[in-house]
Amino acid sequence: MSTNRGLVAHHFEDIEQQRDVEAFGMWMFLATEILIFGAVFTAYTVYRLRYAADFEAASSKLNVLIGSINTIVLLTSSLTMVLAVHATRAGRPKMLMICLLLTIFFGLTFFGFKAVEYYEDYEEALVPGLRFDPGEWAERSPPANAGHVQLMLVFYYIMTGLHAVHMIVGIGLLTWLVYRARRGTLTPARYMAVEVVGLYWHFVDIVWIFLLPLLYLAGTHRASDLHF
Amino acid sequence: MSDAIVRGFVPQAKARPPRTPETHYLNVEYGVKSWLLTTDHKRIAILYLIAVTALFLLGGAAATMIRLNLMTPRGELLPADTYNKLFSAHGIIMVWFFLVPVVPTVLGNFILPMMVGARDLAFPKLNLISWYIFTIGGIITLWAILAGGVDTGWTFYTPFSTKAARTNVIPTIIGIFISGFSSILTGLNFIATLHRMRAPGMTWTRMPLFLWSSYATSVILLLATPVLAMALILVGVERAWGIGIFDPDLGGDPILFQHLFWFYSHPVVYVMVLPAMGIVSEIITCFSRKPIFGYIFVAWASVGIAVLGFLVWAHHMFVAGQSVYSAQVFSALSYLVAVPSAIKVFNWTATLYKGSISFETPMLFALGFIALFTMGGLTGLMLAALGVDMHVHDTYFIIAHFHFIMVGGTVMAYMAGLHYWWPKMTGRMYSDFLSKLSALIIFVGFILTFLPQFVLGYLGMPRRYHVYPPEFQILNVMSSAGASILAVGYLLPLIYLIWSLFAGKAAGPNPWGATGLEWQTPSPPPPHNFDETPVVTSGPYEYATEEITDVH
Amino acid sequence: MSEQLTPTKTYYSVFAALVALTLLTVGVSFFELGNWHTTVGILIGVVKASLVALFFMHLLHSSKLSWLAALAGLFWLVILMGLTLSDYLTRQVLDF
Repeated sequence: MSTNRGLVAHHFEDIEQQRDVEAFGMWMFLATEILIFGAVFTAYTVYRLRYAADFEAASSKLNVLIGSINTIVLLTSSLTMVLAVHATRAGRPKMLMICLLLTIFFGLTFFGFKAVEYYEDYEEALVPGLRFDPGEWAERSPPANAGHVQLMLVFYYIMTGLHAVHMIVGIGLLTWLVYRARRGTLTPARYMAVEVVGLYWHFVDIVWIFLLPLLYLAGTHRASDLHF
Repeated sequence: MSDAIVRGFVPQAKARPPRTPETHYLNVEYGVKSWLLTTDHKRIAILYLIAVTALFLLGGAAATMIRLNLMTPRGELLPADTYNKLFSAHGIIMVWFFLVPVVPTVLGNFILPMMVGARDLAFPKLNLISWYIFTIGGIITLWAILAGGVDTGWTFYTPFSTKAARTNVIPTIIGIFISGFSSILTGLNFIATLHRMRAPGMTWTRMPLFLWSSYATSVILLLATPVLAMALILVGVERAWGIGIFDPDLGGDPILFQHLFWFYSHPVVYVMVLPAMGIVSEIITCFSRKPIFGYIFVAWASVGIAVLGFLVWAHHMFVAGQSVYSAQVFSALSYLVAVPSAIKVFNWTATLYKGSISFETPMLFALGFIALFTMGGLTGLMLAALGVDMHVHDTYFIIAHFHFIMVGGTVMAYMAGLHYWWPKMTGRMYSDFLSKLSALIIFVGFILTFLPQFVLGYLGMPRRYHVYPPEFQILNVMSSAGASILAVGYLLPLIYLIWSLFAGKAAGPNPWGATGLEWQTPSPPPPHNFDETPVVTSGPYEYATEEITDVH
Repeated sequence: MSEQLTPTKTYYSVFAALVALTLLTVGVSFFELGNWHTTVGILIGVVKASLVALFFMHLLHSSKLSWLAALAGLFWLVILMGLTLSDYLTRQVLDF
């Protein structure tokens, strides 16, 4: 208890207590996040069950290729994130810096693909209120209810948008870690900042793991759907 | 480890008059900056106290206007749309900016770390940040209300809030959304503190009951608030985008909004009342000079209320068009919440039985709480019944019921707690006579305000109307008269409590002869609460095991 | 927090499993599964999420408190979904 005295904030007894509390604090925040996304997921589920066919029709118009690539990109960023934690604890500052920068890079790559995808969606008239053609959906066979399709698309934008907001926050936190790593304040004894940001980053990844089947994989795809 | 910091009943020295310590958290630093950048939980509690009191006065002003308007059947005082904006402002301010934060952030922030024997909360900076978030949210909401107002009621029901309303819906929603994160951070901080910062020997079953109820409250804040945040975001998106997910034109379901809204807004009633119950448990034992009857039941009843409170939300929607099967399930579950609530009332009563009761001001408020909360709770049972609710839904019966819980319950208990811990917070005693008088005035004023509303509601007067048939006038005038008495009762403490800061007698560390670690330090406490980490060797309410001393 | 360091090999194996599962879940969507696409997708998603939580988020070696928080979040999500759906799934049963 006395060995780590300098690291410990005044109101904690020892470093173990402090680490425990920090991880627990982030986990509690993630419980809150589960319900933030959970509220939207619940609303989505209600309509998904009610308007199954229309939601599946709308889902198969989304770009499954970009959605899948982005999943892999995010999973890779999670790998580099956890390697960053490992590097901090193993006392390898150079490796830490590389991993942090890679994580940010993959995060930005995700945004790059996402931007292309949103642009595609706009081109294909999949943006309710901005560019959307109800007639096109009514003429399909079997015909889809344009209202329900719009509901599905609104969910698509809200859910991916909410996820993107979390990504932006995550990239901000990672940038802060890069700053701290440069100053050398991330050491094997002080690794909790990396661990806690990691928890957050992985959680955002988990959200996307569920967005992929819910939004992109709701209906049957054909090989011709694989395009940018 | 000296004897003085081991918890237990420590009789005060009788010969020396109590003195205020030379250095304490209030005078250790001076200046605006030392307050606005503080991470001391006690100072943050004072910051909250100021913010919350100001907002309470604003919410109260709106209530005053409402009651004045309802003096006459034609509602001559206010135009209808102004009236709508006023009751919305009253609800929004009172729910989100007074009732939800008041006990946890003011009394909880101040007392909780001291009760567990800690130097501060687990995340002191987060605590300060949460005050800023609360203040920013409050300012945005107030701006929205003052610059044009909002007329949706505090419930923001769609499609009115998304399509029809022509008022400041989005700014108000943003303000509430922001302030929600302050709730989440407070809950997170409390739970982490209660798990990890307890003093040596402070086991779960040695915790004062206020801590148990604070824990239960924090669970609700943490897990319910995010759902409200999203429900409001969805309303905001639909309103801004013009296309959204509760829109019946697209096949959307407005009742879905109500589900999400009440998933938060029902449990949040327990956010208001659980800490209030914790305060009452502390005060009843202290002024009965007895340990609480059935400690473990009262403690777990808090947890029971917190969990069961999440299973009953759709009883707010019995006439909204939900499935009849689901309504029956929600009705049955709603009855269940009565069980832990009744356990608490029975145990307080049993604690009073053969106790050595002294009617100090906090005790008067606490007894008022028990009476009014019981009435509010029992009428809640009536409303849980599907058939009765169909009849009185959206009438003044509902208004009376939840004001008995929120004003008769939460505000009474908050006043009790404020008077109980005021000597600890400020080191000063307030006027005994005036404070007892104000307890009496509030009780009488409350009964006169809200008892007639049960009758009004039962006779069929709907809520949120700014006019009513002339035969309801006599009851409405009674209610408005009561409200004016109530207002006097609330303004009086403002005067004598502020007065006590300058002219009050020094309180000494333990003016009530209470147990509990917070009474073992000087009043006001030193910046780090305890010079040495205290060691706890006994349960929280060891009153009967020590000799009874004359505390006054 | 555990004191011992997880070997990086574990992380690479978990990553490989996650990528494989992603390819699987996308691959499955090219088959005619009727109404079962979302169910299958969610099941695979649960496996993937568990891998991330247990290994990347170190839940496997975390204190009981972290488990408590994570499970509380999931439990309350079940309450929210379950009771909301208890309304929507029984709306049509009674036909007046």
